[in-house]
Amino acid sequence: MRRLVVVGNGMAGMACVEQILKYDPQFRITVFGDETHVNYNRVMLSSVLAGEKQADEIIINSEEWYRRNEIELRVGVRIIDVNPRAKTVTGDDGSVTPYDTLLLATGSSAWMPPIEGLDTDGVFAFRTLDDTRELIRRSGSETEAVVIGGGLLGLEAARGLQVQGCKVTVVHLMATLMERQLDKDGGQHLVKTMEGLGIRVLLGRSTKAIRGKTHVERVEFADGEGVDANLVVVAAGIRPNVELGRKAGLTVKRGIVVNDAMETSDPDIFAVGECVEHRGICYGLVAPLYEQGKVLAATLTGHRGAEYTGTVQAAKLKIMGVDVFSAGAWDASGADLIKYEDSGRGVYKKVAVKDGKLAGVILVGDTSDSHRYMDWLRTSADIGDKRGQLLFPPPSADVGLDVAEMSDSATVCGCVGVTKGTIIAAIHDRGVNTISQLKESTRACTGCGSCTSLCQDLLRAVAPDFEDEKKKVICACVPFAEDRLREILRSQKLRSVQEVLEIYGNGIGCEICKPALSYMLDMLWCGDHDEDRSARFINDRVHANIQKDGTFSVVPRIRGGVTSPDELRRIADVADKYRVPMVKITGSQRIDLLGIKKADLPKVWADLGMPSGQAYTKGVRMVKTCVGTEFCRFGTQDSTAAGIEMERRFEQLFTPHKVKMAAVGCPRNCAEATVKDIGLIGIEGGWQVVVGGAAGKSVRKADLLTTVETTEQALEASELFFQYYRENANYLERTYDFVERLGIEKVRKETVYAPETVRGGLLDRYRKSKARARDAWQEGQTPRHPTQFATVEVLA
Amino acid sequence: MRWIRVTRCDNIPPREGRAVSLAGREIAIFNLGPPTELGAGAGDRFLAVDNQCPHKAGPLADGIVTGTSVVCPLHTWKISLEDGRVQRPSGSVDQGVTAYPARVEAGVVVVGVPEVAAGMDNLGLKVQDCLSEEPLLQERMANPPCPHAEACVSSNVGNPGV
Repeated sequence: MRRLVVVGNGMAGMACVEQILKYDPQFRITVFGDETHVNYNRVMLSSVLAGEKQADEIIINSEEWYRRNEIELRVGVRIIDVNPRAKTVTGDDGSVTPYDTLLLATGSSAWMPPIEGLDTDGVFAFRTLDDTRELIRRSGSETEAVVIGGGLLGLEAARGLQVQGCKVTVVHLMATLMERQLDKDGGQHLVKTMEGLGIRVLLGRSTKAIRGKTHVERVEFADGEGVDANLVVVAAGIRPNVELGRKAGLTVKRGIVVNDAMETSDPDIFAVGECVEHRGICYGLVAPLYEQGKVLAATLTGHRGAEYTGTVQAAKLKIMGVDVFSAGAWDASGADLIKYEDSGRGVYKKVAVKDGKLAGVILVGDTSDSHRYMDWLRTSADIGDKRGQLLFPPPSADVGLDVAEMSDSATVCGCVGVTKGTIIAAIHDRGVNTISQLKESTRACTGCGSCTSLCQDLLRAVAPDFEDEKKKVICACVPFAEDRLREILRSQKLRSVQEVLEIYGNGIGCEICKPALSYMLDMLWCGDHDEDRSARFINDRVHANIQKDGTFSVVPRIRGGVTSPDELRRIADVADKYRVPMVKITGSQRIDLLGIKKADLPKVWADLGMPSGQAYTKGVRMVKTCVGTEFCRFGTQDSTAAGIEMERRFEQLFTPHKVKMAAVGCPRNCAEATVKDIGLIGIEGGWQVVVGGAAGKSVRKADLLTTVETTEQALEASELFFQYYRENANYLERTYDFVERLGIEKVRKETVYAPETVRGGLLDRYRKSKARARDAWQEGQTPRHPTQFATVEVLA
Repeated sequence: MRWIRVTRCDNIPPREGRAVSLAGREIAIFNLGPPTELGAGAGDRFLAVDNQCPHKAGPLADGIVTGTSVVCPLHTWKISLEDGRVQRPSGSVDQGVTAYPARVEAGVVVVGVPEVAAGMDNLGLKVQDCLSEEPLLQERMANPPCPHAEACVSSNVGNPGV
């Protein structure tokens, strides 16, 4: 087998290797990467910086992939020399590696403009995962960040830094942002949008120097002005890494020159990606590099004839809520221009048509249509008859029509180059039903991710068992699915509702998202968050349940439904003293005092001398019990003691929706444990723990989670499920919907059958929350706010 | 217009409301927090409306504030605090509630109440009494339609029982 050495472990190099692996094996492959990570999606670094993705989510090929394909991976080694005569490469660790075929995929580096003081501490490029991690580490509310460069990367960096809490200024040399992709009007719309997000934009400024004694303090411009900064990111462009090409004696201009077969001037050395120059163009976006990789893989493996003839350049800005798309030659001379502008909505569209074909397009504020334009560009389609529909597509009558109109050869994923036909084949031949299966099977959607909705539409239209993985967003105020939002809040360490709304939402919030966010923060930080009462429902502001006339109901905690003459006497006294209109035995073995005025609540609680029963909140309600072995002649387990202990362990905690429990001493099930969120059912010699039961809006028999021998084991299994539900259910999702959505097998696998570390983690977080939880009625004595319960009296 | 000094600003926390009896009527006063365009520390903005939802008389002061509106805690009707109009359900025929001008003077919320209304109160009349002279209105107040039955069930309006 011949030895193929790949220099560069980036997206282009590995995409090419993936293609090579599709042919019959003829190489022993060694890959050198100077970063210390496996191959990751560099395009997604801005999403990592913006907290939308974790570092491990952008890994493209895991170590396991390299192992499985018998690729020797040498990370942290930089190749510093090539000897084309001896056919060897030399690493900076002194190693000399022979090759038969050499593939240079060295990519590019950040271009550093001639600015004084670039070596000052606090100046970074935004190019690698390490850069990204360092930027996140140095970000915070005290950080004043300056981004030099108002192109794609600079703007994404700016937004990411802002999300990390920094005050951000973008300094750009040109008179408009993203001038390579946008015309003046488009650029101006973008400036407005960026400023609307709270990012300061300075145009037409040439940065002269970065000042600071031990650390960056100020950025100075050529015109004498400047801005204070303690973090600087230089995103002024990229420069192909061509040193090795030069050392190997290849023809090098701006990049390593390759022909249409992706060959260099040396028959045994090839190059791919951002380091190459093809027909005078050095590409810096991912789609062309993947196309090059395909052609090169064919050439390398002897399947000659494949040709790379260049790629229509298209760029999409990846900032949540800032939609910018640009493709082709929108400035082609002699083209007809068709424009649309809505300054109120911040939408700008410009379409350039030449000789009856689309030459280029700019979209700002609404990019929902970009795939249509991309397709016309790629296929050089004749669009003469669509002249009236160039700015907006004709309304589609049903879901799937849009995708139905695409031809099988139309490209869906531009990054990886996957056509509609390929996806349909994958659905039929390989049983693909979900986006993740589609990614696995075709690699579609694994580049910039902008084709996700199109792929989803295709799956929906074609796949027999399509499963929509896209979860509902909470509401229009915070347009994120809850699982995504939980990750964001965790990684961004956000601790207050208002903060979340300001950074990820519309700054206002509503009655749907505010309580949901309140819950999420409480759960994520185990109670150690900034609780904002204004974001909570009235019940959670005054710890009682509002009734139709504006009075409140009071339900004290009676654990397991077991009370005492003394408690009953106090309840009766309170009912007399406050003339309580109704005293009612509830369905949960408790007593409800209805019709109490807000101002009386603290006094009522004090007189009762009992803790809150939390009958008013999305939290732990109660544990209903039967008399078990204590008195019952059929009882097999002490269900009252178990139920009381269960209630003690869970009380005072908040949950996505209310949680009702029960413990019964035998399968006769007198306390109805099989229709509770968590139920313990005593059997001879042990307990069954059941979850996801319901007897409310819907009726559902609970699923068996596990069968155990001791009460302690039953309680621990309950704790595992309880915390798992708290962490993974959507707000207002009852356990019965949650268990049904996930399936009990998955729930078991991730709770009682999970590895010890996972179980330990769940229990730890549950215990942490429990340690912080307090009886809410203590606030009767020490209110959060002077008028929390008291009536506001008019000044004299 | 009679301007009444009601209470110290810090008696109403940001984005919450409080009920107060004023000139014989119950009024809900809301602290909307600082105007967003000016940022924190610019002084909070206060608005006032009747403390009775036009739907089923829910206490608006106990609602969740969203922008310059409040959502009634009983059945999630949404009322504008600027003009008292019903914003949800959008097809509502209700006239909404009375909005009162409010401003801040030396750290105190001051609310303007119409002289006529104040006079009426002195005569022992209530707005309700005037409305009930119209039979149609009277009937609707006794049996108000619930045009958002679904919202009552599915949205976050608390818990019907124990």
